[in-house]
Amino acid sequence: MTSGAPRAPETPHVPLARKDFVSDQEVRWCPGCGDYSILAQTQKLMPDLGIPREKIVFISGIGCSSRLPYYMNTYGFHSIHGRAPTIATGLKASRPDLQVWVVTGDGDALSIGGNHILHILRRNVDVVIVLFNNRIYGLTKGQYSPTSELGKRTKSSPLGTIDYPLNPLSVALGAEATFVARSLDIDVHHLISTLDRAAHHKGTSFVEVYQNCNVYNDGAFMEFADKAVRPDRTIQLEHGKPLIFGKDRDQGIRLNGTTAEIVHLGNGVTEADLLVHDETRPDPAVAGILARLQWPQFPVPMGVLRAVQRPTYDDLMEEQIQQAVSRQGKGDLAALLAEGDTWTVG
Amino acid sequence: MTGRDGKREANIQELDRVTIRFAGDSGDGMQLAGLQFTNTSAAFGNDVSTMPDFPAEIRAPAGSIPGVSAFQVSFSSYDIHTPGDEPDVLVAMNPAALQAHLADVPKGGTIIVNTDEFNEVNLRKAAYETNPLDNGTLAGYRVIKVPISSMNARALKDAGLDTRQIDRSKNLFALGLMYWLFDRPLEPTLRWIEAKFSKNPLVAQANATTLKAGYNFGETAELFPVHYRVPKADLAPGRYRNITGNEATALGFLTAAHLTGKTLFYGSYPITPASDILQELARFKNFGVKTFQAEDEIAAIGAAIGAAFGGNLGLTGTSGPGLALKSEALGLAVMVELPIVVAAVQRSGPSTGMPTKTDQADLLQAMFGRNGECPVAVVAPATPSECFDMAVEAFRIALTHMVPVIFLSDGYLGAGSEPWLLPDIQDLPRIETTHPTDPATFKPYARDPETLARPWAIPGTPGLEHRIGGLEKDDITGNVSYDGENHDRMVRYRQEKVDRIANDIPPVEVVGDEAGGQLLVLGWGGTYGAILSAVQRARARGLSVSCAHLRHLNPFPPNLGPLLSRFDQVLVAELNLGQLRLLVRAKFLVDAQGLNKVTGRPFLIREIEEKINSMVKAEVSVR
Repeated sequence: MTSGAPRAPETPHVPLARKDFVSDQEVRWCPGCGDYSILAQTQKLMPDLGIPREKIVFISGIGCSSRLPYYMNTYGFHSIHGRAPTIATGLKASRPDLQVWVVTGDGDALSIGGNHILHILRRNVDVVIVLFNNRIYGLTKGQYSPTSELGKRTKSSPLGTIDYPLNPLSVALGAEATFVARSLDIDVHHLISTLDRAAHHKGTSFVEVYQNCNVYNDGAFMEFADKAVRPDRTIQLEHGKPLIFGKDRDQGIRLNGTTAEIVHLGNGVTEADLLVHDETRPDPAVAGILARLQWPQFPVPMGVLRAVQRPTYDDLMEEQIQQAVSRQGKGDLAALLAEGDTWTVG
Repeated sequence: MTGRDGKREANIQELDRVTIRFAGDSGDGMQLAGLQFTNTSAAFGNDVSTMPDFPAEIRAPAGSIPGVSAFQVSFSSYDIHTPGDEPDVLVAMNPAALQAHLADVPKGGTIIVNTDEFNEVNLRKAAYETNPLDNGTLAGYRVIKVPISSMNARALKDAGLDTRQIDRSKNLFALGLMYWLFDRPLEPTLRWIEAKFSKNPLVAQANATTLKAGYNFGETAELFPVHYRVPKADLAPGRYRNITGNEATALGFLTAAHLTGKTLFYGSYPITPASDILQELARFKNFGVKTFQAEDEIAAIGAAIGAAFGGNLGLTGTSGPGLALKSEALGLAVMVELPIVVAAVQRSGPSTGMPTKTDQADLLQAMFGRNGECPVAVVAPATPSECFDMAVEAFRIALTHMVPVIFLSDGYLGAGSEPWLLPDIQDLPRIETTHPTDPATFKPYARDPETLARPWAIPGTPGLEHRIGGLEKDDITGNVSYDGENHDRMVRYRQEKVDRIANDIPPVEVVGDEAGGQLLVLGWGGTYGAILSAVQRARARGLSVSCAHLRHLNPFPPNLGPLLSRFDQVLVAELNLGQLRLLVRAKFLVDAQGLNKVTGRPFLIREIEEKINSMVKAEVSVR
């Protein structure tokens, strides 16, 4: 036992494998759930990050997705509904040496925890947030979620929802997120590379993963996510490249003023007319336009919409402390207690 | 004013205690004047006790009754425990202040009025149909009429400030006058002015000028036949400063961090009357303190839990409405058995209630306001300076027993002040914490045989990777468990863990007859001073009355039950409708009576004394 040590000793770095990140707990998601894929890609990514296992913490709220920490052989905290960002903020701000992940769902992050998502993003706390969006409440057995499409019939909306849905990426961009991306549970290569990008971003990384709930909302994304139609109905965002999509890569996205439109290449339309993706653009307006492109009017953008640099909350907090120490000197408790007018009796 | 015989100089009369209330519009700087008077008196060597009383509105309409802000200070040549039942002197800066506070001043008391403000408009705003200065309202009082506004303006006519700025200094004219009346030195306030306005020499000069002008006016105007002196109090030897409860609270938490060698992390959302703690701790960055102004009450406690998970001192602070919002997260802290402290500075409820007024009605919320069987340790300071000790104590319990602890203060303690005998940091016992490092022996929910605390394994420790959370945990392994027998065992462990804190806290002390007697007055929190004073007076009259004051409310000190049983009657005096009484009756089957009020103001000594008189007859008490 060590006494009073705020930080654990460093260990020599030994290469780890995926199995090192698999906990001894039985995975209890429904067979066929999209969560399995996200868990697998996350575990697969971990060894490549080169961070000792004990320095990684997964924090979650409540919901199917939020069981993930139990299955990761890292430090983990399965907290209460919607509040994972708050615990992550306290942990990262007080322990900047750790890599902190927040695992959440559409209800957890955007309904009950909506406030915390806004604020962790604007503060730019250096954590990775992975939002499993299945557009349904799974753990409570099939009620609509804040991302359920308007009019959706569920157990709690037998006549269809009348709640206009939130767009997670628009929310993140509106909250001044510095890293915003979207991926898909069944597109495993895209998913792992997106998570990798997120893990390497300094600041809050926000990744929405379209995740199929095969029990309560099966096929929610299949119209565009199915492998057969995916090239035509999604568009892969690549930094510095024009927005081209289609099996034959013959269509693109052009900006007409502030409106996006689909154009066919040829007949005088060339790649030069297309919007060139720039994830580092300081102004989030174009990322905002991309975030709102939806099937069936548009192909669904996948990949990194925005990746910009801004000082992180945890760094700024440390910096203020360092500055205070260099300006005022390290705090002298006895002197502080005796601050102001004092007098002596006897 | 209570006088002593003897010593009289030409025109100085010696008194042993004076209570002054400064009252004016909320823009008039009454809090500042009161605080300066307090600090000067404390530094002079008096015992002091203060109570600010201000409106919830930042700037209610000028001159209106809701806009009146007041500050009461009692200073004495002996040990006092309350800011005084009633003011001997009321300084009324406008008609509304007179209207709001006159009823508290006993006949024969002194009223100093700023006559300049008694014009038709202000009288109407204060609901006076005719001028109380001329219509007999003040008959029976000693009224001193001073045109404070205009005299201040005249003193500052060459100060180079505009009219508005000049008018804002009138509180210092009034303060100067009070300094003369009570024979106080000007130097402490002059020093304060110089430091405070160092970047604004014109304002500094003007404030100093009008302070002296007020003082000189007292000396030359012959409005007062005498002035008064309250000699130094006979306090315990040592170095003192004046301190408010919230300041002492912040320093206590900082000291707890010092005693553990850990980083203090404070997550909080601004709320009256607890915001001072956030503001104080935010000043201590060079001590490594991390303050986080959260987006809401839930985020504040969530972040504190996150910090505690990381091995730091997780602290959050709030008042009643915020404590309600933190309930679920507090339950999480109980479930994951992490040490956090929640500082709750009570105010009048329910709901938004009366935010700037005091109350003790969150005791049952602190005890029980969560889902499930969810015991939380509760401690409560009894005086402003004791907030320091109990803040340290809260963390000592949290860290020793791996439990969340509620530090239950109140608005009266938080904003009130008294002299504080500075502790010697070297003498304070260190708070030992341990973190396991051995993967071979580590079990997340194994328990210390004595305290039942689980090990505090922190992220960053190789080989101890484990998962905690709000789902019920399997005994020892900490894996998720839905087994009913295991749940029953874990619920009992969590209760037992809190119960065993009783082995680790001091017994409750009795003032009076340890062996028992006719009446025990039991209290907790900020009512200490009033209860003690009332009991001392009753005992001086020969009544068989004692008192005991609880600092530990969950668990109770182990000697409480036997103590209660030694008294014929038990009176629980508290600023709620009987919350401690409910607990005491339930736990000890004692027929405790209650003295209760919820006016947003502390007990007067007199109120407790009257209740004592109704319960104990003097002739019976002679044994």
